[in-house]
Amino acid sequence: MTGSAYSGPLGLAAGAVLACAVVTLWRRDLRAIVSVLAVQGTALGITAALLAAGSRDIGLGITAAVVLAAKGLIVPGLLRRLVRRDPGSRETAPLVNVPASLIAAAALIVMAYLAGGKLTALAPGTAARLAPAGLATVLIGFFMLATRRKAVSQIVGLLLIDNGIALTTFLLTAGVPLLVELGAALDVLLVVVVLRVLATTMRARLGPFDLDQLRELHD
Amino acid sequence: MLIYAVLAVPIAAGAGAAVIPWRQAVSWAAAAANGAVLILGIALAAAATRRHLPVVAGGVLRADALSAFMVVVIGAIALLASWQSARYLNAEITRGACTGRHATLYTALVQGFVSCMLVAVLAANLGVMWVAVEATTIATTFLVGHRRTSGALEASWKYMVICSVGVALAFLGTVLIYFTAQHATGHAAGSLDWTSLMAAADRLNPGVVRLAMGLLILGYGTKVGLAPMHSWLPDAHSQAPAPVSALMSGVLLTVAFYALLRFKAIADGALGPAYPRALLVAAGLASLAVAASLLLTQRDYKRMLAYHSIEHMGLIALGAAAGSSLAIAAVLLHILGHGLAKGVLFLASGEILLAEGTSEIAKIPALLSRRPVLGGIFGFGLIALLGLPPFSLFASELNMVRAEFAAGLGWAAAIALICMAVIFAAVMAHGRHLLLGDAAPQGRREATPRVVAVPLAAGLIACAVIGVSAWPLQPLLHAAARVVS
Repeated sequence: MTGSAYSGPLGLAAGAVLACAVVTLWRRDLRAIVSVLAVQGTALGITAALLAAGSRDIGLGITAAVVLAAKGLIVPGLLRRLVRRDPGSRETAPLVNVPASLIAAAALIVMAYLAGGKLTALAPGTAARLAPAGLATVLIGFFMLATRRKAVSQIVGLLLIDNGIALTTFLLTAGVPLLVELGAALDVLLVVVVLRVLATTMRARLGPFDLDQLRELHD
Repeated sequence: MLIYAVLAVPIAAGAGAAVIPWRQAVSWAAAAANGAVLILGIALAAAATRRHLPVVAGGVLRADALSAFMVVVIGAIALLASWQSARYLNAEITRGACTGRHATLYTALVQGFVSCMLVAVLAANLGVMWVAVEATTIATTFLVGHRRTSGALEASWKYMVICSVGVALAFLGTVLIYFTAQHATGHAAGSLDWTSLMAAADRLNPGVVRLAMGLLILGYGTKVGLAPMHSWLPDAHSQAPAPVSALMSGVLLTVAFYALLRFKAIADGALGPAYPRALLVAAGLASLAVAASLLLTQRDYKRMLAYHSIEHMGLIALGAAAGSSLAIAAVLLHILGHGLAKGVLFLASGEILLAEGTSEIAKIPALLSRRPVLGGIFGFGLIALLGLPPFSLFASELNMVRAEFAAGLGWAAAIALICMAVIFAAVMAHGRHLLLGDAAPQGRREATPRVVAVPLAAGLIACAVIGVSAWPLQPLLHAAARVVS
């Protein structure tokens, strides 16, 4: 579905999404992580735009614009305001340290390529061949969610999963129907807004906190 | 036309509740709107059993017997829950724990939540269904944290993060189904319409469907509360205000299960029943085991009810695994019976919390002698939930077990029965202490207001009537079961 002229830039954009995911594991400064997330959102939007240009698909073009605005600008903007109010915000003690996290990321990427083989076999083409990059981003998001302890890091993990799924969607299917894409984008936006409000309320109540401190509810 | 009305009424009520400053009349109006949903749902069900209803709104909405049945369930429990909301909000405002602004937010969000569930079950397009299910998470997060204690905030954070991840996986599964449908049908536009996916089911790529179904069960299973993705459920259901717990436990879990039933029908067509069955049996048995082991040591009655929901979701998963038309009809009856009984119990537990000021079982002995009506409702609710006659859960559990034996899942049914026996003993022990306990000698009898007691008793009576006669549901249940089996 993609003209060969677009396949080079397409690989670059999809690779950038995955690279950003790895960088979020490497950096500890939460402000830097949020900036990386903005770059990732932009790369995701560019991927969609390239696919839309390649297939002259207007619906996908609109989706690309929405993704650029929502994930490149609005969501990182919301997070940046959350981080700014918490000076010196660093992921000080992740459950898995940074070098080990990067090794884990490498293993997850290999896994994604092995698992993605089944999908790419079904649809030979440049775009589908890149799809494992999306799956790898999803897996790295899971890893982040499981091993980081700051509220913002968990939101970032959630967004990595979401961006990874969006990338897979674009590459495999050239986007689901427009109505669903718009609904999904709106949902992500609202999830971030709600989590931001919750994090702000919890901070007002508990001071700067790690999620580990939340252990009132258990059996 | 009916479909539009079913959606328009609660949405309009929610919009009204959002702009009009809260007073009790607003809550009553919201309850009236949900009552209207129930009546419209019954009309829709009657129409859908008799004939095929057309797809409306540009192919986005449709109703068959299965969706109409779910509308009835949602309407019934929403009516009970929003009726009780007026009382909850009044008490919170009197206590000074909640301002009028919070009451407005609460009422609008509950209506939004109900509307999202209705969209989910009336969506023709599985992508739209996904968007609506995700929106229920967003609407309910603030409701879970409505009391703004640190426990409530913790519960809503966990709920939001875990369920968003889960539902994101379900989206990936949906996308993979869409992907293989594009290749099966040969045109790039593809479709997420359930009917056209069903028509193309036997041409879908089995490998991709297998992967997709795994993700879908993991994803929607998180929202259903199936083990091992259940960890958010006891926290959220115990921390939320009682009417919200009633809605979440009574219907939200089963709305997510409804989504699984739709996908299971597609996967059955593409792969044969063995693979979806194996996944559902595994998740169902794990849920029963988790519920049984954790119910033994519960000290909090709201958490006890929450774990009880995990048990029932496990039973429903096993019933759906059997997959025959009889099994699905029993699953649907169980969805209704569990919704009514669990809704009534959560609402009664809210009333107990209001009266006694604690949710620890140990601190509330001999409820029955001190508050006979409230204790009686709670007691009968537990009897219903444990699957004793005359309540409908007895009939549905019996039929599910029969269907499981017929489908060669006798071993799974046997394990389930053992878990149920453990749960029965555990809940009986907790219930005995709570209701009978060591009677306080000079305890004064306290009446329960009729405005609380009558609807709760009515919910239990409805559950019993359905259990005894299965009237007037029989044709609807069979029509609904035929849709996905």
